[in-house]
Amino acid sequence: MTDATLENAPYAYVRKETLQQEPAPLSVAGPWAWIRTNLFSSPLNTILTLLCLYLVVDAVPGLIRFYFLDAVWTGEHRDACLADKVGRPVGACWAYIADRFQYFIYGSYPVSERWRVNIVFAMFALGVIWLLWNQAPLKKIGVFFFFVILPASAFILLLGGARAEGFLRFLILLSFALAVLYLVLSFVPSLARFWIGEGQLTVEQEMPAWQRFYRPKRLILIAVVVFGLLAVLADRVGLPRVDTGLWGGMMVTFLISAVGIVFSLPLGVLLALGRRSRLPAIQLLSVIFIEFVRGVPLITVLFMANTMLPLFVPQEYSPDRLLRPLIGVALFAAAYMAEVVRGGLQAIPKGQYEGAMSLGLGYWQMMRLIILPQALRIVIPGIVNTFIGLFKDTTLVTIVGIFDFLRTIEATLVDPTWATPTTRTTGYAFAAIFYFLCCWGMSRYSVAVEKRLAAGQKR
Amino acid sequence: MSSIPTETVTPGKASLFYDPKIRGYVYQIALLAVVAFLIWSAASNAIENLRAQKIASGFGFWHNAAGFDVNQKLIPFSASGGSTYGEAFLVGLLNTLLVAALGIVLATIIGFVVGVARLSNNWIVAKLAMIYVEVIRNIPLLLQLFFWYNAVLKPLPDARNSIALPGSIYLNNRGIILPSPQFAPGFEAVAIAFLIGVVAAIAFFIWARGQQAKTGRQYHNGWVALLLIVGLPLAVFFAVGHPLSFDYPQQGRFNLTGGMQIFPEFVALLIGLSTYTGGFIAEVVRAGILAVSKGQSEAAHALGLRSGPTLKLVVIPQAMRVIIPPLTSQYLNLTKNSSLAVAIGYPDLVQVFTGTVLNQTGQAVEVVAITMAVYLTISLVTSFFMNMYNKRMALVER
Repeated sequence: MTDATLENAPYAYVRKETLQQEPAPLSVAGPWAWIRTNLFSSPLNTILTLLCLYLVVDAVPGLIRFYFLDAVWTGEHRDACLADKVGRPVGACWAYIADRFQYFIYGSYPVSERWRVNIVFAMFALGVIWLLWNQAPLKKIGVFFFFVILPASAFILLLGGARAEGFLRFLILLSFALAVLYLVLSFVPSLARFWIGEGQLTVEQEMPAWQRFYRPKRLILIAVVVFGLLAVLADRVGLPRVDTGLWGGMMVTFLISAVGIVFSLPLGVLLALGRRSRLPAIQLLSVIFIEFVRGVPLITVLFMANTMLPLFVPQEYSPDRLLRPLIGVALFAAAYMAEVVRGGLQAIPKGQYEGAMSLGLGYWQMMRLIILPQALRIVIPGIVNTFIGLFKDTTLVTIVGIFDFLRTIEATLVDPTWATPTTRTTGYAFAAIFYFLCCWGMSRYSVAVEKRLAAGQKR
Repeated sequence: MSSIPTETVTPGKASLFYDPKIRGYVYQIALLAVVAFLIWSAASNAIENLRAQKIASGFGFWHNAAGFDVNQKLIPFSASGGSTYGEAFLVGLLNTLLVAALGIVLATIIGFVVGVARLSNNWIVAKLAMIYVEVIRNIPLLLQLFFWYNAVLKPLPDARNSIALPGSIYLNNRGIILPSPQFAPGFEAVAIAFLIGVVAAIAFFIWARGQQAKTGRQYHNGWVALLLIVGLPLAVFFAVGHPLSFDYPQQGRFNLTGGMQIFPEFVALLIGLSTYTGGFIAEVVRAGILAVSKGQSEAAHALGLRSGPTLKLVVIPQAMRVIIPPLTSQYLNLTKNSSLAVAIGYPDLVQVFTGTVLNQTGQAVEVVAITMAVYLTISLVTSFFMNMYNKRMALVER
């Protein structure tokens, strides 16, 4: 019955006006109802809730007491953390972490040279933010910085010595030579005809001379500036050689993961393209490499890098002890990266390939300008997830004798200066917090990217 | 190195230089030449280096006597008994398979429980499951193994002050001491009865399914299976007269005697692997259940199915299709991760073979190649069966 008929109803007992809405009954709204529906909705749920509450009440206060209330925060050596010396129950020994913090970051890197590591850390942070922050400007220069400038400068700064300085000199010469070459080309465009297409050349010729071919110029400029600064540093302060045997701590952990990502991503893209290639030999080799590496544990790859790599090269080129696991990790990560990138390549609709081909683009132009920018963008979450796995797997280098962060923790645990009953638990808790924060932060980032990408798909 | 061909379709006749077919051949030959050169130079360098270091090559070491002992072994192995490197390989392989098999079972249980718990409508259960998954997945497995081994199992009291648990189980820093079963003659009959029970149960399932398709009648499959698989062996067990006794560990003055020792390395590795992989499986399970759209269970309810049959007949079969492929890759990950045993000294394949045998013989190429071949075989066989399964399960589309 509609309102109209109610209004006109001749019966006195039919209500003419609408009633006020009543508040929801307590059983479906408010905190009490929330507790009822979310915690005690059935006998089974009640039992589970009580069990979980018991678990929480049992564990959490103990943990808080151990890690915060009873913890020792300052001290010089083990006496600060021994219960009978302090005269009270002692929990976590954070004083030990504070005392050894520098060691956890730099390993045995000489104290007077640690500023070099700090510079590399800063450059690394800059590169990461540049690439990962969506609104950051000049992304292409950022890519160049992260994948070319950063590895070269990190090598020069961290290692130092004659070899690094020779490499630096070569890099500076190279960038200057390129700078001169591009300057000449900009002013005499007819010389550029050799490697710039006719069509593009006419576009470029319209511009003023200083704007022609201007993208590579910016890359060269940034290379000249960074390497020039390094040369000034090497000249004024000096970069004595620091053997890789002294490197350690978080620095090595970050180094391995950075090397892993810097080399595995381009290599993975090539392998993914190879796997989808129409040429049987290239496809077969890519498939063999990818499936082989993905089928064996990282630890065997590390053993292989450690024991077999020195056999495969002439004795005098025997790779450095730190370089071997780096190669192993990079190759290992490349295979996983290749599968992630392949997923992206397969997700690109065929029309994109056909459209690119119909425009007359060659294979590499099509990949570089049309396919890879789209494919890589949709697999960013996958790449980050692979990277999280890589970051956790860096701990495995401990087994082949590299002093990564976890190994420095283990090393301090056998040191009698801080030998107390709670040192081990504290050290492991610190390591767990470090890895958790890094990995969890990255996974949050990948979730955020996923959400952003999904938003683009919504209509 | 891996040059890729142009996929341009050239119309009509063009110069040979731009012919995609010829370009393709050139690229492939170039790549093959580079790979062949790399392999050749690596091999020749290796031969030269090995000769310089006076290391033998070939698989002759396989039958040489191994001069070391292994604490946990499933087959007889001892240095004094003249066991060979080949037997050491078997010991390691069996230990790897043992920890992987048990780990897979435990990880699956943990994973399914936690995965379902994350979707529970009980707030506190869901949150606790989420915390478990986030914490476990974001901490390196190696650190977790160190934690279980060095921080939990090693500080346990020594054998004199063992912690006694109900059922004559003792806990100390040498591991867990359990009563060890002693099989009397006649126990084979029980084992055979068990096998017969399993086969009969499977046969009954097939028959019952056929009957159900024909007549619609349903049978109590679960009860029949229980009766056949548990009841039959039990009946035989009592019929032949208890062919099983236990050797209970005795608390002596200084040590425990008798019983069966489970080494702390094994326990730590098993706990670490199964809790770690369990966290990942939980996410797989959650994703699988969420992948079944709500309309499916609603439609089942609309057809009059109660929630039990809905779950059994509608939701789980569809969820399993999503769950099984990533689940298999988690099983493979667990098997590969069991190689971290080397860090805490559990004698698995990598620790025994790539560790001790490699150090003693110095034959890195052969030893690492054999180890990799084992893992590769496991992976390839699993993915072969996986592909077969996927073909059977794949949705048949129009």
